[in-house]
Amino acid sequence: MEKSRSELGQIIVGVARDPLGLMGLIIVGVIVFCAIFAYWIVPYDPIAMDIKSRMQGPSTAHLLGTDQLGRDTFSRVIAGGQVALKVALPAVFGAMAIGLTLGMIAGYGPKWLDNLLMLFFDTIRSFPTVMFALAVVALIGPSLQTVVFVVMATSIPTYGRVARTQTLTLRNSEFILAERSMGASMARILGVHMLPNIIGVLAVLAAMDIPTVIALEAGLSFLGLGVKPPTPSWGALLKDGYSLIRQTPWLVVGGGLPIILATLGFTFLGESLRDVVDPKLRKQR
Amino acid sequence: MLKFATRRFGLSLLILFVAVTVMFLMIRAVPGDPVQIMLGPRATPELQAQLTAALGLDQPIWKQLLIFYGNLLQGDLGTDVFSGRAVTDIVFQQLPYTLELIFASILWSATLGIALGAYAAAHPNTLIDRIAAAISVSFVAAPAFVVALLALLVFAVHLQWFPAIGAGDGFLDRLDHLVLPAFAIGLSWVGYIARLVRASMLEVMGESHVRTARAFGIAERRVVMVYALRIAILPVVTVIGVGMGFLLSSAVFAEIVFARPGLGKLVIDSITTRNYPIVMGSVLISTALFVVSTALADLINALLDPRARTSH
Repeated sequence: MEKSRSELGQIIVGVARDPLGLMGLIIVGVIVFCAIFAYWIVPYDPIAMDIKSRMQGPSTAHLLGTDQLGRDTFSRVIAGGQVALKVALPAVFGAMAIGLTLGMIAGYGPKWLDNLLMLFFDTIRSFPTVMFALAVVALIGPSLQTVVFVVMATSIPTYGRVARTQTLTLRNSEFILAERSMGASMARILGVHMLPNIIGVLAVLAAMDIPTVIALEAGLSFLGLGVKPPTPSWGALLKDGYSLIRQTPWLVVGGGLPIILATLGFTFLGESLRDVVDPKLRKQR
Repeated sequence: MLKFATRRFGLSLLILFVAVTVMFLMIRAVPGDPVQIMLGPRATPELQAQLTAALGLDQPIWKQLLIFYGNLLQGDLGTDVFSGRAVTDIVFQQLPYTLELIFASILWSATLGIALGAYAAAHPNTLIDRIAAAISVSFVAAPAFVVALLALLVFAVHLQWFPAIGAGDGFLDRLDHLVLPAFAIGLSWVGYIARLVRASMLEVMGESHVRTARAFGIAERRVVMVYALRIAILPVVTVIGVGMGFLLSSAVFAEIVFARPGLGKLVIDSITTRNYPIVMGSVLISTALFVVSTALADLINALLDPRARTSH
């Protein structure tokens, strides 16, 4: 336990030394902080309507103006970050867990299972993400859970393929062969010995994947197929701003900039993490 | 090579088959009677029975699937519930708009990206290289639909340099309408391609054939442009082929934002009206497009680099 903690400490120090990594760390830190303490930060209730002060431009009372229902844009931006993370984190972790398990089984198990799982991965990947998302939303209806499901389903193959490749390269290494010759079960070999060697690479992948997920959630909400209306979401802000782009352009800026910032932050963090965790990966992609 | 090509296309067909079957079963598995949804609550039982029979929904599921594949092989994707027109007609009418958008986006972003990447690789660790690297990381991060919205706000609504809606008529007008959406879609690709070309360029520059070219006294400019770049742009081909799905996804959003006709707008419109044959048809066509372009990219790669033929 002590060892892993110091390893984690080393990784954080490594990331913070890299200027881009530090920037990513700060941006992500701010977003996470705002999401956790959103309730105390917002000056107004993000879903409270105030028709008398609708469509007002930025002012001292409303930092980023108000929308067509008089809701405070700044409060909705902050609360929207909470929704973005609520979708992104479960989706990314879920996809990582499932992809990791399937990928390790594909890499370690019998050949026919490998082929079957690869076909499964390739099939999911062959739907253009948004088309798949649209089809699923059309079928089961828009909600937060649908978005999480879609995002999870579409990113499983990425994790699965990487986990499989890593497992394949490790499966004939001496420590695994030794374990197998002692009669360890497949679950034990994969869970206890394989997993620690793969998880780092996948964690980096997950960090780089979060921006894609945030963008997809915002995109679906922008199309009116994501989270349902009164819920504040960056995509919903963009939707309101787009339909009244001449009257309330600040909504487009208020919804768009956090998305770009969040993507920047997580990308910087992910790239820096990758260089620290595994410098060899730098050449790939 | 032929063996590789047949195997690769066989795999594509298999993937397409599984994808379409899954899609078909998913539509049938959804709770709720599609006929009731289409006709609304006030439809008479006779009318419902008539439409059910017309859509073939009274048959067992395996028979429906067989009929669907039978029709598909004859190039029939069913008919639109509302207008009665063939789905293939409607989809292929919209497809060119999406393709021209995707093509324009690739064209400008690949040109600029390759130029930037090649320049950065030829002058590594200079100020320009650093700036190009910083820009490319930032551009990669910008989701196409956010860029599209901001571009719409700034260049179409505020500055009014470019039109905000539609696809235009006539060559110049169409080009004018393409500028903003293609800019939005291509922006993140510029940085991505630049980084890719820079990395593979640096690798290629160290290889023996480049060294030989230099030893023969060929001008540095020619070495970079002809001997190194030709090999270094190979990964770009693969990346664009595999990136077809992302390009399609971005195109969907760009079409909505700029109210352009195209596959994306068609899908969104038919989802809101629950016009399943059209949704199915457009998803099928775009999936096919993606599968074929990935296979083509693999083939081109294998053709140019024999080592790629053996890997999975």
